[in-house]
Parts: sequence; structure tokens; C-alpha cells
Amino acid sequence: MSAAVLRVEALSVAAGAQRVVNGLSFALAPGEALALVGESGSGKSASARAVIRLLPPGLRQVAGRILLGEEDLAAASARRLRQLRGPGIGMVFQEPMTSLNPAHTVGAQIEEGLALHTRLTRAQRRDACVAMLERVGIAGAATRLAAFPHEFSGGMRQRIMLASVMLLRPRLLIADEPTTALDTLTQAEVLDLMKALAREQGSALLLITHDLGLVARYADRALVMQAGRTVEEGPAAQLLARPSADYTRALVAALPRRGPARPPRPPAPPLIEARDLLVTFPGRGAWLRRAPPVEAVRGVSLAIQPGEVVALVGGSGSGKTTFGRALLRLAPIAGGTLRFRGAEVTRLSGSALLPFRLACQVVFQDPYGSLDPRMRVRDIVAEPLRLPAGLPPRQRIARAEAMLEEVGLGGIGDRFPHALSGGQRQRVAIARALVRDPALVVADEAVSALDATVRKQVLALLADLQRRRGFACLFITHDLGVVEEIADRVLVMHQGRMVEEGERDAVLDRPRHDYTRALLAAAPRPPRLAPLVGN
Amino acid sequence: MRLRPNLVIGGTLLGFVLAVAAAALVWTPHDPVRTNLRRRLRPPSAEYWLGTDEFGRDVLSRLMTGAVTSVTVAAATVVVALLLGLAIGLAGGYLRGWVDRVLGALNDTLLAFPGILLALGLLAVMGPSRWGIVLALGLAYAPTVARVVRGTVLSIREREFVEASRALGNSEAYTLLRHVVPHTVAPVTVLATSLFGWVILSESALNFLGLGVPPPAATWGNMLASARPFMLEAPMLSIAPGAMIAACLLGANLLGDALRDILDPRDGA
Repeated sequence: MSAAVLRVEALSVAAGAQRVVNGLSFALAPGEALALVGESGSGKSASARAVIRLLPPGLRQVAGRILLGEEDLAAASARRLRQLRGPGIGMVFQEPMTSLNPAHTVGAQIEEGLALHTRLTRAQRRDACVAMLERVGIAGAATRLAAFPHEFSGGMRQRIMLASVMLLRPRLLIADEPTTALDTLTQAEVLDLMKALAREQGSALLLITHDLGLVARYADRALVMQAGRTVEEGPAAQLLARPSADYTRALVAALPRRGPARPPRPPAPPLIEARDLLVTFPGRGAWLRRAPPVEAVRGVSLAIQPGEVVALVGGSGSGKTTFGRALLRLAPIAGGTLRFRGAEVTRLSGSALLPFRLACQVVFQDPYGSLDPRMRVRDIVAEPLRLPAGLPPRQRIARAEAMLEEVGLGGIGDRFPHALSGGQRQRVAIARALVRDPALVVADEAVSALDATVRKQVLALLADLQRRRGFACLFITHDLGVVEEIADRVLVMHQGRMVEEGERDAVLDRPRHDYTRALLAAAPRPPRLAPLVGN
Repeated sequence: MRLRPNLVIGGTLLGFVLAVAAAALVWTPHDPVRTNLRRRLRPPSAEYWLGTDEFGRDVLSRLMTGAVTSVTVAAATVVVALLLGLAIGLAGGYLRGWVDRVLGALNDTLLAFPGILLALGLLAVMGPSRWGIVLALGLAYAPTVARVVRGTVLSIREREFVEASRALGNSEAYTLLRHVVPHTVAPVTVLATSLFGWVILSESALNFLGLGVPPPAATWGNMLASARPFMLEAPMLSIAPGAMIAACLLGANLLGDALRDILDPRDGA
């Protein structure tokens, strides 16, 4: 093990009196890829930050050694650390939208590290930057050096970040949830690129992730953490196929598996029907000219029957969220028709729209943003019962309490949202959506922001409530795993159009459109789980 | 909870001023407007704690009635500024579009004026009076409130819980009142507290210039103005009202700081 690039021995990190990381040990050989897997609060990010000596304020290392080669990083001077960051250790952060400085061109930011750590001339540095940008797949690299970060998409920014880090050929690359903010396809592209670059340059890779699905594909070994402690460590494939610790088993069990297909329902008049729905946003014009409107949804048709669960899948920018909002009359409809129970609701407003509003509900993605932080949970869930008027306040509260009980949150009605976990908040959002017994619920990425095990629970809850209450559900998601678990029917959107539609098994097993095939190929599904599918 | 020095000192200073004003409503040591030329410019003594002014009036009594004027004028002004500012800020921030543009342009024009200059102009037109000050300063400070409210509303209205409220079928007015307005309470409270201090300063400045409450009624501003020629012979004449104004300003600012810390939701977990 003397050849190890990185050796962490009995590392402990504490926040005040509480240990966030407790006795973590691992070693990383040159060129090896190790995944640190865990849910929020497991200490995986704190460990990564301790390695690069960038612990956030309030956290400090209280025990253990971190050896980069033969050098103990904990004992290194600030000056020495600055020399090591870059050529020794490179780091890619989670949030591509904020990890590049918006005030500087990407060229300047990529070049920064070279100027600091090498003796290359300006022209040589520029050539190196262009070559690296081309390597990470930015077309027209020479001209794009002068562009600013906001001119690139999230996936492109993460590539640029990767380029700036890999340009210094670090011995160790730390990637902290590098693709959590990206959609499935982009995630696969960025991670494939990262793996390839690390291999080319012989960098060891420390991948921090909450997604066990990524482990099989991108890591040689995996280390599972829970509450700051190591739960299990081993070769990635073996860990997934034969997990030995209970917690790992729970994580593996939380990976999406296809549920049994429900018998086809008898044809019925659709509950909601969109025909050639068109949604546009005003374009961003130049100074005097007004730009043509941007078409977010370009003529999408869809019908959902009562009690049916339909999944709407697509990458970011596919228009799926906008379409969902238009279906609820929350986004302006520029063309096409929307019928609810046979009656047109496309242009209704005010009180004429109220019956539609009463029958349709929404669960948003972000459990932190969708609940009013200044209201108590009980009042949040009781609020929908204000309409239609007639129910006395005491009964509203009683029904809200019963609904909270039903989503497994009995007795917490007094709390404010900030005192709840992400999963609990999403249950509150579900309770609020269902308390009025809607006929249709649109769930927009309702479980994307949750940890795997919590996601599993919330999905199960939703599926269970759906079976008992029989509402129709449009599940908008970029995550094919979610589709497998609960959908009857799948629709795939790409660039504002519907590109594929069909029964779940047909779409997942025999995709017809190229985009669907690409999505399926990019889905981080551990191959060894495949035989379990369909049981 | 840790005792906040800001809260304690600010609260004590403002509390002192309010207590002085409240006391003046029921009792003052002497009649604040009765002149006695035989006893003019006396130093502090057992009978006249803070001495007498150039007309032989008791400085302490005048200081106390001046507190009543300053506090009522400042409170009324803050209320006017808040009502105006809230209306403009809510309308602009929530409705957006041309309403926001028109209100925003008006607001920026007012903001570009120094508040005291605007008040001076208005008072010159309306003539000096107590309610003239309230109106003029209220108008001068409303744009600051409007800007804070508009900013808060702009960020809150994009949050998903506002859209969730719409999806529930709630009317726009209900959504605004139930889900948006409560979020402006914290920043507006903080602002109102500091405004109170600024307004007392501006009100004193206007009175100093003779554009406020007409004599012989006492205000800290006109007390300072008339004390100016006697600064060396009777320093207490300027020190006393000056100290009261300073106490108000410091107290309001410290209290505002403390409130900002307390009302910050990130702190209240």
C-alpha cells in the first residue's frame, strides 16, 4: 500500500461536540476510482473537504492522518497546501451554476491554475486550454475561451470545470456530487468524460455520491457511509450484488425496481385532455427589436384517464415542467385546447376556473420552496379546505390532522416546515395536494430532491395513496427509475415535443425513438440488478 | 438566550425617550411656555434642573414637551411612510409589468432627491405645521420602504408556495395577503425602527430651520436653533436637546440592528 496516492487513516471531523466523520480509513491507488456513498448527513462531503483541507467554518479535523503520497496534509503549511491544490488534488464541485465565477471569461478561469502552477508562456497556456476544452467536448474551443459562464448550460459548465481541474494533471481528483444538478443524459456524458480523463492522466478518483446506481458504472471500489461511520467497503460490483451490511442492503433495495404492470383499464372518457398545447415565453430581444417568442411546448397532445398514472420523462429543457404547469393552467397557454371532464378550460379564469382548480392539484419538486415557511404544518394542509367555502375551521383542522396521519406524519401539525426533514416536507406537500380529494395530481419531480431510501418511502406512499384514493397522476420526472416503479404509461418529451408514448413496459423494453434509447442507456442502473426486474 | 447588547442599549435609550414623553403628558416641573425675563439663562439648579433659556423658560420642561412633539410626529411619519411604501411596493412587486415600471420610475425620482430637501420644498409650499412635517417626511421616506417591500415581494412571489396557493384556487388577493405580505413584516419592522431615528433627526432639522411646529411650542430642533447664540454662556441649552436627538438616533439604530438579527429566519431554527 506504500504506492497509494491517498491514504486516510482514522479520520474524524467534528462540528462542535458532534462527530460528523468518525474514524474513516481508506486508501486510493493510482488510477483507482473509489466512491464514497451515503445519504445526506452521512459525512461523505465533510470527508472530501477534509482531504483537500477546505472544511467549511465550524467543522474541524479532530483525529487521524491524511497522507497524499508520503505527506501528511494535516501538518502541511498553508503555503504548501496551495502548491498541492491543483497539481496534487483537484476538485469538482456539485453546483455547476455557482462554481464558476460569472464575472470572468471561462478562458481566464481555466488558465488561472496553469499560470499559478506552471512556467508555461502565455501562448503555451492558451494552446493547452484550447486543447483541453476540445478534449472535454466544447465545440469551437478557440473562440469560446472569451465566453462567460452564463453562456453555457449546466452540463457544459461542469465540463469546463473539469477541464480547468484536469489541465493540471492532478494525482487525485475529488468529485463531490458532480452531476446531482444535471439530468440523466448530461450526467452520463459528464461522468463518462471524467472517468476517461482520469484514466488518461492516471489520476485517482474519489467520487462522492448519494446515488448507488452510479457506483457500479464509475467506481472500482465503494465505501458506504452512514452517520459518519464506515458501514461497508469493497469492490463496487460485489458490494451491489452481495451487500453484507443491513444499511447497504437497504440502499440496494431502494434502487428502483419495476413494479408489476397493472391490468389495462377499460377505455373511458379522458379526465383531462390536451390537444396541440402550445406554450411560449417572450424572447429576450436586443435593445430595440423584440425577439420572437421562445416555444417551450410545441404542440403536445395528451389524454389521461381517471385513475391512471402517467409518467412524463425528459431532460432539462425538454419542456416537461412547463407542460405540466400549462396542464394545471399555471403557465399561459398560447395555443391548442385543454379539456377537463369534457369541458373546455383553456381560457377560463377567476371563479369559472375554480371547479377545475378544486379538482386538480400539484406537488412540486423542491420541498424547501413549496411550503410557506411562516405557516404551521397543520395550517398548510388545512388551507386547501378553505375552498369551496362551507367547511367550518374546526373541521378543516380535523381533516388536515387526519390527512397528516395518512401520510405518516401524525402529531407534528404544530411544527413549522424548517423543523422537518426533506422527506417529511414532501409528505406535507403530498398531504396538502390530496386533502381535498383531487381527481388529478401533477407531481413535478416530486422525489428528485430526496435521498434514495426516503425517495423509496415517499414513492411507495404515493403509490399506496393513489391505489386507495384512485386519483389520476401525471408524474413529471427525468429519473427513469421512478417511471419503472409507478407508471402505467410513459410519455417522453424532447425539445418541446412528445417523441414517444406508450405502455410502460413497451417504452422501457422496446423504445422506438432515438432519444428514448439514449435516455435508457444513460440511466444509472446497476446491471446486476437487471435479473430481479419484473418479479 | 444570550443577551444582545444591541437590544439592551437600544431598547433602554428609546425606552427612556418614550418614558420622558409619556411623563410630559401628565406632568412637567414648570410651564414650558411661560417666560420670566428676570431669570433668563440660569445655570442648572435645584429649582431648574437643566437651567433656563434666554426667555427664562425651564429647559427641562421644554425638553419634555419637545419629546412629545418629536415622538408623535416621528411615529405618525413612520406610519405614513409605511402605508405609502407598502402600497407602492406591494403593487409594483406583485403586479409587475407596466404598474411596476410607472411606480418604479416615480419611486426612483423621489429616491434621487435628498429626503430633507424634498420635505423642505413641500413645507415651503404648505407652510410650517405639525401635520405638514408628517406629510412631507412621510412622502420623503416612503420610497425607501417601497424599495424594501418591492424587493422582498419580487423574491417571494417566485417561490413555489405562492404558485401552490394559486393551484389551490386561492384568489390573487388572498395569496398576496396570506403568503406574500407576512414575509415583508420582518424587513419592514427593522426598517421602521431605524426610520424612527432618521425621522426624529429630520424633524429636528426642519424645526431648527424654523419650518416646523410654530413657536412658542417647544421642539428639540427650535430649542437648538435658539440656543445657538448662547453656546458659550449657557452650553446646557444646546447639550440637552442634542443629547436627546442623539439618544433617539442611536437607540433606533441599535434596536433596528438587534431586530434584524432576531427576525432573521436562519437564526430562528
